[in-house]
Amino acid sequence: MNGEPLVRWDWIFAHTGPILDRVGQHLYLAVLAVAIGFAISFVLAAIAIRRRRLYPLVTLLATAVYTIPSFAMFAALVVVTGLSTFTAEVPLVLYTFVLLVPNIVAGFDSVPQDVLDAADGMGYTAGQRWWRVELPLAIPLVVSGLRLATVSTIGLVTVSAILGNQFGGLGYYILDGYHRTFTTEILVGGLLSIALAVLADFGFVLLQRLLTPWSAARAAAR
Amino acid sequence: MTASATGHSGAASLEFRGVTKRYDPGTNGPGAVNDLSFHVPAGAICVLVGPSGCGKTTSLKMVNRLIEPSAGEILLDGVNVQSVEVTALRRRIGYVIQQVGLFPHLTIGRNVAVVPGLEGWSKARQRARTLELLSLVGLDPARYENRYPTQLSGGERQRVGVARALAADPPLMLMDEPFAAVDPIVRERLQDEFLRLQRELAKTILFVTHDIDEAIKMGDLIAVMAEGGHLAQFGQPDDILARPASEFVARFVGADRGLKRLSLRTIADVEVEPLGNIDGLPAFPHDTKLRDALAMLLVADTRGGVALDADGRPRGVVTVDGIACALGDAVPLRTAG
Repeated sequence: MNGEPLVRWDWIFAHTGPILDRVGQHLYLAVLAVAIGFAISFVLAAIAIRRRRLYPLVTLLATAVYTIPSFAMFAALVVVTGLSTFTAEVPLVLYTFVLLVPNIVAGFDSVPQDVLDAADGMGYTAGQRWWRVELPLAIPLVVSGLRLATVSTIGLVTVSAILGNQFGGLGYYILDGYHRTFTTEILVGGLLSIALAVLADFGFVLLQRLLTPWSAARAAAR
Repeated sequence: MTASATGHSGAASLEFRGVTKRYDPGTNGPGAVNDLSFHVPAGAICVLVGPSGCGKTTSLKMVNRLIEPSAGEILLDGVNVQSVEVTALRRRIGYVIQQVGLFPHLTIGRNVAVVPGLEGWSKARQRARTLELLSLVGLDPARYENRYPTQLSGGERQRVGVARALAADPPLMLMDEPFAAVDPIVRERLQDEFLRLQRELAKTILFVTHDIDEAIKMGDLIAVMAEGGHLAQFGQPDDILARPASEFVARFVGADRGLKRLSLRTIADVEVEPLGNIDGLPAFPHDTKLRDALAMLLVADTRGGVALDADGRPRGVVTVDGIACALGDAVPLRTAG
């Protein structure tokens, strides 16, 4: 060691602007990936719910994709799609399927059959039943899937730093700090990425409480 | 009935005409129904009773078209239910099921207001109707309106289920084992309260149970169904107990069918002997069921008990023999209510 302190606060204060830019980029890459992943997962889940025989296949594919190391997928995609946001997003989106699809399917499966029977018997149309009964009751599991996917994606965004300086969000600082053996940068990138994940997790807990007041009533009843 | 937030749409007659439901072609699997025909006049409770798999729930679900018949027709006030748009039909028919099926994400108030909501009533009218119905089924609106179903007991949930089914004042109610999921004490209370309610509402009700005692207690008419979905006997409870149409019905209603008939009669139905010395004899209010009176007489070891009239005055002495005579066909059954 050369007497350099673990954290150089002067460096941090001199770079607040760029650091905030990286936080913004990090959130942008993560939110975009989860949003696209959620839209595609919802379609995949809808297919799996209607065609039950396809569900194992969908799960198998999602899991197979998940086994590909992120590092390898980013590197391989550069060859195909070049250095672009698209290249950064594809792996992030693909990794959300394994967390989102099973949770969405489980969410709709969790709607009790007697509740569906009652809804039919009382004269809901199919559309009304879906919007007013099935979707609200599926929310708790769907939101917990989104929560997992968001936290995991925020972590994975850092790996996209290997695509180059213009990607990676806070991962840029981790990679740059590693190359320069500059601990302050590594800590800034790593800790802020963790903080974003914790905040997102907390945000989803709040969202879930707001969307499902009946769950809190159930907990209070026990 | 007290002033209602809705118009009173009264009751509808219900008729099954040759209704058949086949599942596997050529066979009669569980739940199949075979050439079922009967007529329920407006305002009566008709109980479908029979062993499991005899098609009673299938029959009920064909009325609101959750199941479509293979043949035959079901007429509601003379109109074939299959000619009515299905969601409109279902909103005109109250539906109560064993598991209640309350919407866990809606408050009790909003659960009750579901059908009025689907029918586009104003919020104010929905709320007025909800409060009226919660009171009607014995739940204090101030206490229950904003709770969620998970915060209620099984008995309370079932009351909400009944209130929800009554919300749009339907002329017909379908009740599929509505009281089977609660314990016997709560069940008996719910049955009694429902019968009291029905005396005011006079809805036409099709009620499914596997419990012959419940059928006898609740039914103005009973349809006993046998395996394969055949109608084994249709008639008034007392008729079915007194003259079972077949060995199957006799076995199904039980060897104690005589005693069961006694539970359909009260002290007011029995011939009495002159009062004489009534010191130490038990007294029976006029609405005591004969079955209970007999049980007490057998234990009390007295020559009889004092039958009171509706005003509580001694009317005469009732004996075990007198009660036995009440089962003779010479004494017509007074229809209750």
